Amino acid sequence: MPAIELNKLTKYYGKHLALNQVDLRVEQGEVYGFIGPNGAGKSTTIRILLGLLRKDGGQARVLGGDPWRDAVTLHRRLAYVPGDVSLWPNLSGGEVIDLLGRLRGGMNPKRRAEYLERFALDPTKKCRTYSKGNRQKVALVAAFASDAELFILDEPTSGLDPLMEAVFQQCVREVKAEGKTVLLSSHILAEVEALCDRVSIIRQGRIVETGTFAELRHLTRTSISVETALPVAGLSELPGVHDPVVEDGGTRARFAVDAGELVRVVRFLAPFGVRSLVSAPPTLEELFMRHYGEGIEAGGERR
Amino acid sequence: MNKDIWTGAGSLIRLFLRKDRLILPVWVIVLALLPLGYGSSIAELYPSEEMRARFVGTIASNPAMAAFYGPVFGSSVGALAAWRSSLNLIFVALASALTVIRHTRTDEEAGRRELLGATAVGHHAGLTAALIVVFSADLAVGLLMAAGLIGTGLPAAGSLALGLSMAAAGWVFAAAAGVAAQLSEGAGTARSMTVTALGLVFALRAVGDVGESGGMGWLTWLSPIGWMQRVRPYADERWWPFALALGAVAVLTATAYRLSARRDIGAGIVPPRPGPAAAGPGFRSPLALAWRLQRGALYGWSAGFAALGLALGGVAKSAADGLAESPQLIDILEKLGGSSGLADTYFAATMNILALAVSAYAIQAVLRLRTEETEGRAEPLLATSVGRLRWAAGHLLFALAGPAAALAAGGLAAGLAYGLSAGDVGRELPRVLAGALVQLPAVYVPAGIALLLFGLLPRLAALSWAMLAAFLLLGQLGALLGLPDWALDLSPFTHIPRLPGGDVSFPPLLWMLLLSAALAAAGLSGWRRRDLRP
Repeated sequence: MPAIELNKLTKYYGKHLALNQVDLRVEQGEVYGFIGPNGAGKSTTIRILLGLLRKDGGQARVLGGDPWRDAVTLHRRLAYVPGDVSLWPNLSGGEVIDLLGRLRGGMNPKRRAEYLERFALDPTKKCRTYSKGNRQKVALVAAFASDAELFILDEPTSGLDPLMEAVFQQCVREVKAEGKTVLLSSHILAEVEALCDRVSIIRQGRIVETGTFAELRHLTRTSISVETALPVAGLSELPGVHDPVVEDGGTRARFAVDAGELVRVVRFLAPFGVRSLVSAPPTLEELFMRHYGEGIEAGGERR
Repeated sequence: MNKDIWTGAGSLIRLFLRKDRLILPVWVIVLALLPLGYGSSIAELYPSEEMRARFVGTIASNPAMAAFYGPVFGSSVGALAAWRSSLNLIFVALASALTVIRHTRTDEEAGRRELLGATAVGHHAGLTAALIVVFSADLAVGLLMAAGLIGTGLPAAGSLALGLSMAAAGWVFAAAAGVAAQLSEGAGTARSMTVTALGLVFALRAVGDVGESGGMGWLTWLSPIGWMQRVRPYADERWWPFALALGAVAVLTATAYRLSARRDIGAGIVPPRPGPAAAGPGFRSPLALAWRLQRGALYGWSAGFAALGLALGGVAKSAADGLAESPQLIDILEKLGGSSGLADTYFAATMNILALAVSAYAIQAVLRLRTEETEGRAEPLLATSVGRLRWAAGHLLFALAGPAAALAAGGLAAGLAYGLSAGDVGRELPRVLAGALVQLPAVYVPAGIALLLFGLLPRLAALSWAMLAAFLLLGQLGALLGLPDWALDLSPFTHIPRLPGGDVSFPPLLWMLLLSAALAAAGLSGWRRRDLRP
């Protein structure tokens, strides 16, 4: 039985088509990436999974149950971190963590203390004084300290600094090692790449790509900008190199390279006397521009 | 000062007016019109100068009247209307203060101010825009009231003085709220600071007016509400107290700006206290959370109603004696209620007004559901194993029990105070308490309508307030305006048996309870079925 199974899920907001026949299958024990730009429908999908919104068409199953009808029993087995965490201004962070944990059906006090420590969160502060990142940490501690079997995380790192993001990634790996399932929505490709076994890409309410990262290899090109002592020749003939632009008589080049070909390309460049080399993972926006920029008109569809 | 810090105030004014397009006109019009009603009812009840002079005599000889309404400065219809309107000063001040805080600290707490602060909006623009909006609304109350009073044939100078005294009271407390909004990080704290200040100012005036002969009169001069009553509308108006009020407005506004310049956005001047690192053992249910969020309102309303009950109960005996002097009035009262005792009629009427006031509390407790939803705080709770109904029930318990507690506190205090002055606590206390509690079915109807809107038309939930304002107008002015019976019957408060003294008729009470239950059931069923709509 998959942890999450969506079949032709459809959702309208009034006349606006927010989700258009979304299919998604998350197996138990895997970390699944759900990526897409803002407003693509990630949060709408997740809210349907949580029984906060009703679906208008298709099927949705979470842990074998109906997310709307069986919400209360299902929620005992899952933990949720919203992308934009709002808390009660006059409650302390520790109180909120305990309340959410208890309402979910209990939490592990040892893990609570451990995660507070790891996320460097002061639980005595009133929620009104927390920054966005700290509010996010409250929700993360409450989630990870629970004994949930499914974690639904909606852009959980959007307010965290790089150090805390590393802590977060470690936490996800640990719950995965315990055999738990994670649905991680994100618009940061590198984060998803670091954690997820499989991904689905959603755009304007439609799933446009699904698979393992190996299957999506064509999506994970690295952008390289290189400056060399000698003019580079023969770059465009190399396998895996895309869109090369050579300037300054060949001593400056920009191109994209498939992830699997990176070693070969670096070896190829070395004899030309590399002066500087900048590599950048592709941003999601670049990917969308390249792969889906044409054919999908801007704005949602109309009923 | 740098001119840029005001930039954007104009756009913010338009934003605030747009956000308040419903509630602002409602409070301006209601508060401006109430004294008109008092004026015409006094003219009707005491048509002759002689009757009014006798009425003034009983007021003047009654310290509780001075405490509640302040001194009366003349026996003309206008002077009596101004005296009777003195509580309106408090209402205008309260409405002004709450509006300023809503557009300053509440926005800031929700992070909306930060968003605006990053656009081409100056540091002081929010405060400036809020003050301009509220100052203008107060002026509108004053001018509308003056025009209306002149229209009913009262002297122009007195009408203008009364209207402007209302506006000035509003200005002082708008500026004071501007200061409070800078001090604390929480809008709730800023609100309680302002309400406490208002209560203090009222108490200073009350003690000063009661103790005037004993040399305590100077206390009145510490109270802006006292200053505004000393304008003496329709009784040799004195204009110089306005200078005191404008001075206070200037000082408070300047203080607000200085504090605003010294602090960061989102921060307060008073540092927040840390809370517990872990929740107490009982903090494990939606009800426990609702208790934490709503207990302040419960304490405030119950304490306020107990104090009000003491004052109302304390004046009851002399009020009844005063009414007995006006034979025409007895006739009217007998026709209206068919009650035996005048004090009974008095309690039936005042408890009906308390019930209207406590409906505001009931609506507020219900609409807390909507606030939790729009602020995104319902979502994490509903993602735990808390069902929709269990989540709502926590808050709804306060909508049910809160008004009951407040009315019981008011009824007990009033019954006790009246029983003591009449010398028979054992008889009067249960009778007055019953008069308070019999109002509850009428209070639950607006609460039920608020819940219906929340469940079926959540975006229009704020219409509950307009409905309450309509009930208030029907009750206060409907009969005076000669509206037909079917219109008056629209208000649930019309159908309450007149207790103490009158006959208890159970059908209307039962019908109202059934209606409230049906409204609540429809609202809850809508809520169970609908999407979360932040």
